Amino acid sequence: MPLNLNRVSMPEQEPEVRCHNFKEVNLGLSMESARAEAGRCLFCKRPTCIEGCPVSINIPHFIRAILDNDPHEAVRRIRVDNPLPAICGRVCPQESQCEAACVLNKKGAPVAIGALERYVGDYAIREGLKAECVVKEKKLKAAVVGSGPSGLTCAGELRKLGYAVTVFEALHELGGVLTYGIPEFRLPQEAVVKFEIEALRTMGVEFKTNRLIGKTHLISDLMEIEGFAAVYIATGAGYPQFMRIPGEDLNYVYSANEFLTRMNLMQAYQGDAAATPIFVGKRVAVIGGGNTAMDAARCALRMPGVEKVSLIYRRSEKEMPARVEEAKHAQEEGIEFQFLTAPTEYLGTPEGAVRTARCIRMALGEPDASGRRRPVVIPGSEFEIEVDAVVVAIGTQANPIIAQTTPGLETNKWGYIVADQNGLTSLQNIYAGGDIVSGAATVILAMGAGRKAAQAIDRALSVPAPH
Amino acid sequence: MFDIISKQLIAPAVWRQTIKAPEIAGKRQAGNFVIIRPKVGSERIPLTIVSSDNQRGTIDIIFQVVGATTMDLAEVESVQDILGPLGHPTHIANFGRTAVVGGGVGIAPLLPIAQALKQAGSRLTTILGARSKAFLILEEDMAPISDQLLIATDDGSKGQKGLVTEILKPLLEEKKIDFVLAIGPVVMMKAVSELTRPYGVKTMVSLNPLMIDGTGMCGVCRCKIEGQTKFACVDGPEFDGHQVDFENLTRRLAMYKSEENQRREARK
Repeated sequence: MPLNLNRVSMPEQEPEVRCHNFKEVNLGLSMESARAEAGRCLFCKRPTCIEGCPVSINIPHFIRAILDNDPHEAVRRIRVDNPLPAICGRVCPQESQCEAACVLNKKGAPVAIGALERYVGDYAIREGLKAECVVKEKKLKAAVVGSGPSGLTCAGELRKLGYAVTVFEALHELGGVLTYGIPEFRLPQEAVVKFEIEALRTMGVEFKTNRLIGKTHLISDLMEIEGFAAVYIATGAGYPQFMRIPGEDLNYVYSANEFLTRMNLMQAYQGDAAATPIFVGKRVAVIGGGNTAMDAARCALRMPGVEKVSLIYRRSEKEMPARVEEAKHAQEEGIEFQFLTAPTEYLGTPEGAVRTARCIRMALGEPDASGRRRPVVIPGSEFEIEVDAVVVAIGTQANPIIAQTTPGLETNKWGYIVADQNGLTSLQNIYAGGDIVSGAATVILAMGAGRKAAQAIDRALSVPAPH
Repeated sequence: MFDIISKQLIAPAVWRQTIKAPEIAGKRQAGNFVIIRPKVGSERIPLTIVSSDNQRGTIDIIFQVVGATTMDLAEVESVQDILGPLGHPTHIANFGRTAVVGGGVGIAPLLPIAQALKQAGSRLTTILGARSKAFLILEEDMAPISDQLLIATDDGSKGQKGLVTEILKPLLEEKKIDFVLAIGPVVMMKAVSELTRPYGVKTMVSLNPLMIDGTGMCGVCRCKIEGQTKFACVDGPEFDGHQVDFENLTRRLAMYKSEENQRREARK
């Protein structure tokens, strides 16, 4: 049989329509197209796609169920490895993971694994399929700190292994970056994020919001007073970084975290109907080239009154860390990309609102430590652009609270928690993973760390205590 | 949900509420604050914990009704979300002859710190400022811990007519003060800091910038301290008044004035 290289394409809202609304851009596959796509899978004897997945989802197994026209079974199969398929199907960089490893990728048309994963996750949502969880209770308690992707995955895995799991979240909503960070048009909050978190609750995972570990409870309180046998710290790298250039403290210069938190968690995208305001004006500059920068730029573009959004990135398009799909969507929607450009200073109005971004052009020099060519300043290339708001999306750092309040917890020179390949920290039965260990990375890598740590916790606690 | 056990109007538009929050009460130290979200859909706002009762599992807050969120807070029977205790607790020690200076509702966050300083052996000269006698709060709580209690009102209806700085100045002149802690409107904290600078008297202030999460995530509370960017939520909220860029704070506090006014009018 000849190889079918006719890869399905994801239906999406037209750019000129979607740039005025916050509804989801990608619309999902129909049953027919999902089955046709599933039919392209070669069901390899040694499935390289599984090796390409940080949580080792048994990909051909759930694709087979789609092909067999049994989406119910596909849901059951995918949930064995991943409690968040509708989320991962939307936000994972499949093109550099499972799909990159697909043998059909050599022919330029890998199976659209991400779209199929999303199809299965969405089927569960549409049919309201509750997660089955028959567990052998272990009568041991485990705590998870942070309800982002890493924490949720670890919690689900520990619950399946029989632990009584409590997840502590500092904010008033669960989900971490899935809730405060990723916008509605990429990841619908009510329909998708809340559903998949609810599914974990049905499995018996307990959630406590409004608890900042390190303040409301110390890590040692969880172990010694609350009686948790193990703790998994997954607090993310949510500490905003600025460039330390003049004028960054002017009004309406936002960190990406602030901008997206106002927009998403506090729902400022709803305009005057929201209690929490946001000001974007007419001309917005977003600094950075990652997924967060794309999210911020595309949020800004969708706000009423916005005329121009410029994305300012110091390297060239090739080095941009954002997913190709995100950059493509942003470009289609009319975001102006200023590559090889960096701001050097912001100037403000007499009232202190940002008005001008002074920028400079860059050229690519020798590769730096990251292997990407280092941008170097072109002398005399300064120019100015008029702006009403600026979003600084150049990355995040480690939040210091847990490190400051947990004696003996080893951190590296950047403040990230030091953990071994299983997530074990310098303290007994205290594990950590996700961005607070690795620095800012992807949802799926954080999930992989959560799953690994859950299994390591189980191994550690299953060893009988010495007498 | 966090039940409000009692509420009391202690000055025009100024409320004191006792709220059931045992986990926060158990950990709270002088100088800590909470982030409160009165209802589903409300903003998150920071408020200092005035007192706590670990036995009853309650915390007390004091706030002035100034906008839509505080209007909501004054009306609800239970609070949707409270996060805390947040911020570094105050560094408490015997600082010798200490002037604690409070203005308006800033007297509320000042009270627990003054109590702790007194307990540590500091000798307290308390200077309270208010618009008028009716707006002066917590005088009866401050009196028993103060070695000297001095009051200034704008209209002279209580104590001396004028500003707290006019009371503080002669004390500095006579070298009677070793340490100052000032909490109140930004103009007051700035004036106190400017006043004490030439005398070389260490002056701490508690900053009240805009906040959202209160955990170091959003950075809206960033302040300039000796030219360095600091986050009031995790690095503060108390800083050396001689190092604070008050102009910057004033400017950033005004960032959403028109939106706040609009929401307040819509709420009425």
